Order: sequence, then structure tokens, then C-alpha cells
Amino acid sequence: MTELSEAPAAAVWRHPEFRRGAKEMVGVALGIAAWGLVTGVAMTKSGLGVPLSVLMSLIVFAGSSQLASLPLIASGAPLWVVWATSFCVNLRFVIFSAQWRPYFGGLSRFKRIALGYFTADLNYVIFMRRFPEPRPSPEQVPYFLGGVATNWFAWQVPSMVGIFLADSIPTQWGIGFAGTLALLGLTYSLLSDRASWISAIVAACAAVAAYALPLKLNIVVAIAAAVAVGLVIDHTSQRPALPEEDLT
Amino acid sequence: MSTWEAVVAIVGLALVTIVTRSFFLIPDREVPLPGWVKQGLRYAPLAALAAVVAPELVMSQGHLIHTLKDARLYAALTSTAYFFWRRDILGTILTGTADAGTAAGPRLVKPGETAGS
Repeated sequence: MTELSEAPAAAVWRHPEFRRGAKEMVGVALGIAAWGLVTGVAMTKSGLGVPLSVLMSLIVFAGSSQLASLPLIASGAPLWVVWATSFCVNLRFVIFSAQWRPYFGGLSRFKRIALGYFTADLNYVIFMRRFPEPRPSPEQVPYFLGGVATNWFAWQVPSMVGIFLADSIPTQWGIGFAGTLALLGLTYSLLSDRASWISAIVAACAAVAAYALPLKLNIVVAIAAAVAVGLVIDHTSQRPALPEEDLT
Repeated sequence: MSTWEAVVAIVGLALVTIVTRSFFLIPDREVPLPGWVKQGLRYAPLAALAAVVAPELVMSQGHLIHTLKDARLYAALTSTAYFFWRRDILGTILTGTADAGTAAGPRLVKPGETAGS
């Protein structure tokens, strides 16, 4: 999967938008690193063994899918159950991928799939914050690559540390909580108008209310609820909602 | 599961990552989506984040927490205050983590309970 760097223009690394994309990811990289570490420890402790844990981290590259499949692999569940579980846990990415089309639809299929593969949740969120208008422009791919490169290292390096040092990392530290706080800060940074506040509160409530659903489907339910509420607000307020003062 | 079966499982999981993350990017022709869906999707990034964060803050072992002594609540409040004061995510993480480390509440989230990326 390392061919990606050669796929777009070779000078992409020096593009100012590459640096900007990387820099805007650094703000949340501590949270990503915390999760990478926790996931690495969890892989080794599930009994997967170091070589297979390394393989999984490097090629699966999706924390929640890895964590969901570990107990299934450990208990010898049928392969289709492992894969179907992972697919459901990843359903949010299917929703996100619909939004990439206007930006990357003009690239070759190989590049489109390669870009999709490297897109973790936070890459999607931060890219959409930077380019809210769904139309392509030349600085998007460098910006995107800067973000995914930062994310890849911020995730894989701590994940390897977790895999190899699983036994010497105390589990009661609550390291994963740093990741939650990173997401909390990022969530706040996306709150702008009234519609965004309301849809976020609806999503939070829906996710808690539907928490008992299996396979993290509460997140899909929460997205659907927030989109529905957002559309209702858009339609009842005639014009796109005017930016309001923060409620702070 | 034998080692080779586990390898097959892991390779399959990698394919699941590729297919789900690039789902609507795979066909050469754009899959037509209704206009209201496209419009509504702009609420999806924020919703996904809020949906991952909220249960991590207010739930424990699948139930709403029923004590205000939970260290996570104080950490979240401190982080929130810091964010709206400085608008800086790195500081938000550090403030909340430091607070959680010193608060005299019950244990924090254990590895394995987090949502991951």
C-alpha cells in the first residue's frame, strides 16, 4: 500500500498544502497515538501473537474493526462472521465514502481506492472542515496526503510499541481516554451554527440511547438521526442557517 | 483458529477496510444519490464524532454512569472549559488527562473499551 506516495505528482511532499494537512492533523495526533497504543496492547493480549498482530496493524489499519474482530478470532468464530462483524463496524465509512466522490471522482480508480483505504475517521472530519464546498480543487490531494501520512505514523508507531511492549504497559492508566478527549476537542471545533449544535446533541443522545445495539450500530443510528434533524432545520429555516454566536 | 486461518481472516479484514472506506469511490460512474441525501451528509462528520464521544464519557460497561464521582466527568468538564477558552485541541487533551490523573474518582476507561479510529 506504500505506492500511494508515487500515485500523485512526485512533488506532492513539498506542496504547502501537504504541510498544512499534516499540521492540522498533529493537533489530534496525541489522541490517535493513545488509541494506537491501546489497540496494539489489546492485539497481543488477545493471544494473536506478535507477528500476526504486526500484520493486522499494518494491513487492516482500522482500530475499531480490529478490536471487534480480536475476540472472534481468539474464539475461532467462522471467517464470514469475523468479516461481517468488521463490515458492520465499518459501516460509517460507507456513509463517508459517498462524500468523497465530488472531490476525488475525477481520479483513476486505483487512486480513488488508495485514497479511500488510508482515510481514517479524523482524516475525513478534518478534510471536510477544510473543504466544506463539494467541488474539486488542485490543493485537495496534497492536503489530504499530508493528513493521512501524519495519521498513519501517529497510529502505526504507537501500535507497534503496544504490540511489542504489551506486558510492560499498565492497563489501568486509562490511556485510551486521551483519545476520547482529542475527539471531544475536535467535536467542539466543528460546532458553528445552531443547526450544528442541535444535530450534534441529537447524535450524542441517539448514540447513548442506542448503545445496546451490537456492532457499534449505535453510531450509524446516531448519524442517521443527526442528518434527519439537520435536514428538518435546513428546510424550516428557508435559507442555509446563518452563523450564530457560540453559546459560550 | 490455526495460524493460516488467522492470516486469511486478517487479509479478509484488510479487504473489508478497503471496500468500506472506498465504497462509493469504487464504481467509475457516480452512484446517483438524491439531492437531500447529499445535503444532509454535511451533518455526518460532526454526528459521527459526537456519537463516538458521548458514550465514552457517560457510560460504563454498557450502562449510564450513576455516580457524579466518575473522574471522566470532571476531565470532560475541564477539557471543555479549556477548549472554549483557548480553542486548542492539544491543550484540551492535556488538561483533561491531567485532571483525570489527579481526580479521586473510580478507575478510568480500560483499554479495549475505547472506540478506536
